[in-house]
Amino acid sequence: MEYLVTIGLEVHAQILTRSKMFCGCSADYANAPPNTHVCPVCMGLPGALPVPNRRAIELAALTGLALNCRISHENVISRKNYFYADLPSGYQRSQYDDPLCVDGWVEIEGDNGPKRIRLTRVHIEEDTGKLIHTNDGGSLVDFNRAGVPLMEIVSKPDISSPEEARRYFQKLRQILVWIGVNSGDMESGALRCDANVSVRPAGQQEYGAKVEIKNINSFRFLERALAYEIERQIRALKAGEPIVQSTRGWDEASGTTVAQRTKEFAEDYRYFPEPDIPPLRLTDAWIAERRAELPELPDARRRRFIEEYGLTAYDASVLTDERAVSDFYEQAVAAARVRGVTPKDVANWMTGELFRLLKETGEPLESAAHRLRPEYIGEVQDLLNQGVITRTSAKEAFEASFREGRSPARIVAERGMAVIGAGDALTDLVRQAIANNPKAVEEYRRGKVTAIKYLIGQVMKATRGQANPQAVQQALEQELARE
Amino acid sequence: MTPLYQLTVAQAREALTRGEITSVELTEALLARIAAVEPKVRAFLTIDADGARAQAQAADARRAASDTSPLLGIPIGIKDVISTQGLRTTCASKMLENYIPVYDATAVARLKTAGAVILGKLNCDEFAMGSSTENSAFQQTRNPWNLERVPGGSSGGSAAAVAAGEAPATLGTDTGGSIRQPAAFCGITGLKPTYGRVSRYGLVAFASSLDQIGPMARTVRDCAIVLQVIAGEDPFDATCTAHPVPDYEAALTGDIRGLRIGVPREYFVAGMQPEVEAAVRAAIEVLREQGAEVLEISLPHTPYALPVYYLIAPAEASANLARFDGVRYGLRVPGESYFDELERTRGAGFGPEVRRRIMLGTYALSAGYYDAYYKRAQQVRTLIRRDYQQAFEQVDVIAAPTAPTVAFKIGAHTDDPLAMYLEDVCTLPLNLAGLPGLVVPCGFAEGLPIGLQLIGRAFDEETLLRVGDAYQRVTDWHTRMPEVREDNSTQG
Ligand SMILES: [Zn+2]
Repeated sequence: MEYLVTIGLEVHAQILTRSKMFCGCSADYANAPPNTHVCPVCMGLPGALPVPNRRAIELAALTGLALNCRISHENVISRKNYFYADLPSGYQRSQYDDPLCVDGWVEIEGDNGPKRIRLTRVHIEEDTGKLIHTNDGGSLVDFNRAGVPLMEIVSKPDISSPEEARRYFQKLRQILVWIGVNSGDMESGALRCDANVSVRPAGQQEYGAKVEIKNINSFRFLERALAYEIERQIRALKAGEPIVQSTRGWDEASGTTVAQRTKEFAEDYRYFPEPDIPPLRLTDAWIAERRAELPELPDARRRRFIEEYGLTAYDASVLTDERAVSDFYEQAVAAARVRGVTPKDVANWMTGELFRLLKETGEPLESAAHRLRPEYIGEVQDLLNQGVITRTSAKEAFEASFREGRSPARIVAERGMAVIGAGDALTDLVRQAIANNPKAVEEYRRGKVTAIKYLIGQVMKATRGQANPQAVQQALEQELARE
Repeated sequence: MTPLYQLTVAQAREALTRGEITSVELTEALLARIAAVEPKVRAFLTIDADGARAQAQAADARRAASDTSPLLGIPIGIKDVISTQGLRTTCASKMLENYIPVYDATAVARLKTAGAVILGKLNCDEFAMGSSTENSAFQQTRNPWNLERVPGGSSGGSAAAVAAGEAPATLGTDTGGSIRQPAAFCGITGLKPTYGRVSRYGLVAFASSLDQIGPMARTVRDCAIVLQVIAGEDPFDATCTAHPVPDYEAALTGDIRGLRIGVPREYFVAGMQPEVEAAVRAAIEVLREQGAEVLEISLPHTPYALPVYYLIAPAEASANLARFDGVRYGLRVPGESYFDELERTRGAGFGPEVRRRIMLGTYALSAGYYDAYYKRAQQVRTLIRRDYQQAFEQVDVIAAPTAPTVAFKIGAHTDDPLAMYLEDVCTLPLNLAGLPGLVVPCGFAEGLPIGLQLIGRAFDEETLLRVGDAYQRVTDWHTRMPEVREDNSTQG
């Protein structure tokens, strides 16, 4: 029997703001000692009040627009009530009835071609603190993370396989990092997700029982956890066992999902509008401002690279994977054009030499770009086109630029890499080669045209490879014809 | 000469400005008065004598350096639900018996900047939940006019301290009448400002959409002086609005000619003490004689205010009090696990009335009940607000009783929560509408004070204060002070 898989993801993404969602504490708490990024508000001290972070709302709306959502004009922050030691106020400020963004979609490469994954909503909320369990069975709590702004991005159950789930999550990460609203750092938990998965026999109309897998913080775990869970559910269905609606966690060590403590009563969060925060009214003008802030998105840019620059689908895709790389490429193209260097040549330098060097040094382009400036790519290709340097020298100059941060032209000049081109220097060397190799000259004159190759080799040897072989051939032919 | 402890804020300000007295002298006089009457009144939970003396000295030094801050050297008491940095803030609850805040409420910070001397923290009902101060976990504050009577609540300590001459002014808080009802019971003047007029930052929340800090003093002018200092926008409170703060003392012109005063028939409820109604009607007559026009009006949804209030306020309270889990501050009763500890801590830390309201509120917000209770209550709240909007198209101020009776005996309602809730029937409707309310003394019955309640348009404290001040210019109820002694049942 065939089984249909239905998956929906709830992605939690920290919003990249300087301060927390409802107070002035720095949201950049990574590596800070515990409880040093705290204040009366995010510690939930008696009497402290939340004041919403305007930038967090702007960035969440920007996200909504990037994900093709509608932005709500009327926004209500609600209190989600539950007790836990990492939740300082006894409620989490979140959104319930009126989320900031509704009804979007993300296009991914699905199992059967391009596919739109629809979104239900994107809402804002605050992160909780972090519990640290000690060896003696005690627990410590660090509130540095408490109150960091968070977005919850909820998809419809449009995902049909673990691979699609991974691609969707990857696509979301790409967009969030691209528009600058999230660090994309999954290891630290700045981006994480819960996956809902159900399985039903083909032909059955109603969905199977939903199992939620909590707190997944890597693409690989997501794919593996879903694959395992689908297997487990199909096995159970085949054995005639019912699937119980439940919450499970992914255990990387055993490669299995594990049932989490089942609650003896249904969760009732008693949501109600947060009385400390007046409803946020967003005007059309405000939404238009956000739209104006939205950069060209990776998919659009990829298509443009193909159409405008004639790139292959592969190159276009590689060059729009990350915003920094893509922007660098566009800057390089703009500078190269002035010198008559084609976008394709620029793409080749980037996907070839530049990516190889970045991989070797293990650094992001942002930091290497302080040395290798975008205009250097056009410069080095131009030197090559002009015949000033050989391809070998061009690569050497490029690498030197990358490592030392000086322009390729300067490196060529300083290292005497310029090709010994037409002109007296080359003519002298050519004459010398003719004089020193009468046997080869004799053969050439007798019609063995390939004998010139030997002579070219001799000249190249004399220039230690600094001559342009075509120029050498031309000069040789000229000299041989003269005598 | 008047004893220093009997000076109003305005009188003390004048004497200090003229150099007739120093803040140290005034503060010592009040500390001496506190020492004398506190064993009977029991208004203070914490008396900060050393801190007050140091602040008084600092104020005198500032004055010597030509500082003219509006409350420079004036002693003030603070209700114990308002956060004071370094000074114990208990909320009259076992939960916070030893809690010392690390920060000042905005209102307190503004008082300090203005030069006020903080005398200490005043008793109230636990977490401001109650109408008699009987719900304090620590002590029973008594009505200075009759020590067998309650001072009202929840700001009972703030009212009793002013009435007994222990402080010329205090801060109270008002969620459903907690400034106005005790002001009426203790024969002082109290102002509940418009919601959003005074920052709530640092006020330990009872019901966030209703709570408001306000001044309590012996005169309307004193309330105006204190309001001037604490009012205005605060970047730490998103509900505190940017409305400009006018010059409140300048509004006290004494001229109320042509002002239209509405008298809502729904506020003269069945069971109201006849002397209370008579005193309130007589006070309205005084206003008419001063040139105001008096109209009878109707606020038809008034009878729904009480049930609406007792759904919304406990609902908000149930969430506001969730933070008291023993993890970060306050009481912690050790247990087997987080949840076990949570239950033990909250069971031991909260008194019965607080627990009752948490349960009421949790119920009102529960799945399946939310629409029928909380949501419906919010809809009716809109109707109550609309009643006032329509009334204020006809009138400038509404005049009404504050409470149905004078101060009742300690213990009279403690077994009957519903009877206690009825105490607030005349005061809580305007909290639901966010409007300002001023109470001024307007007579006595059984030797106990009666208060006239004046209700104004949102952010129009000026008109309220003008009417109250005009009334106090031609009456002397507010100048009377009780002699605090054990056998004073025949006083008045
Ligand atoms: Zn903070």
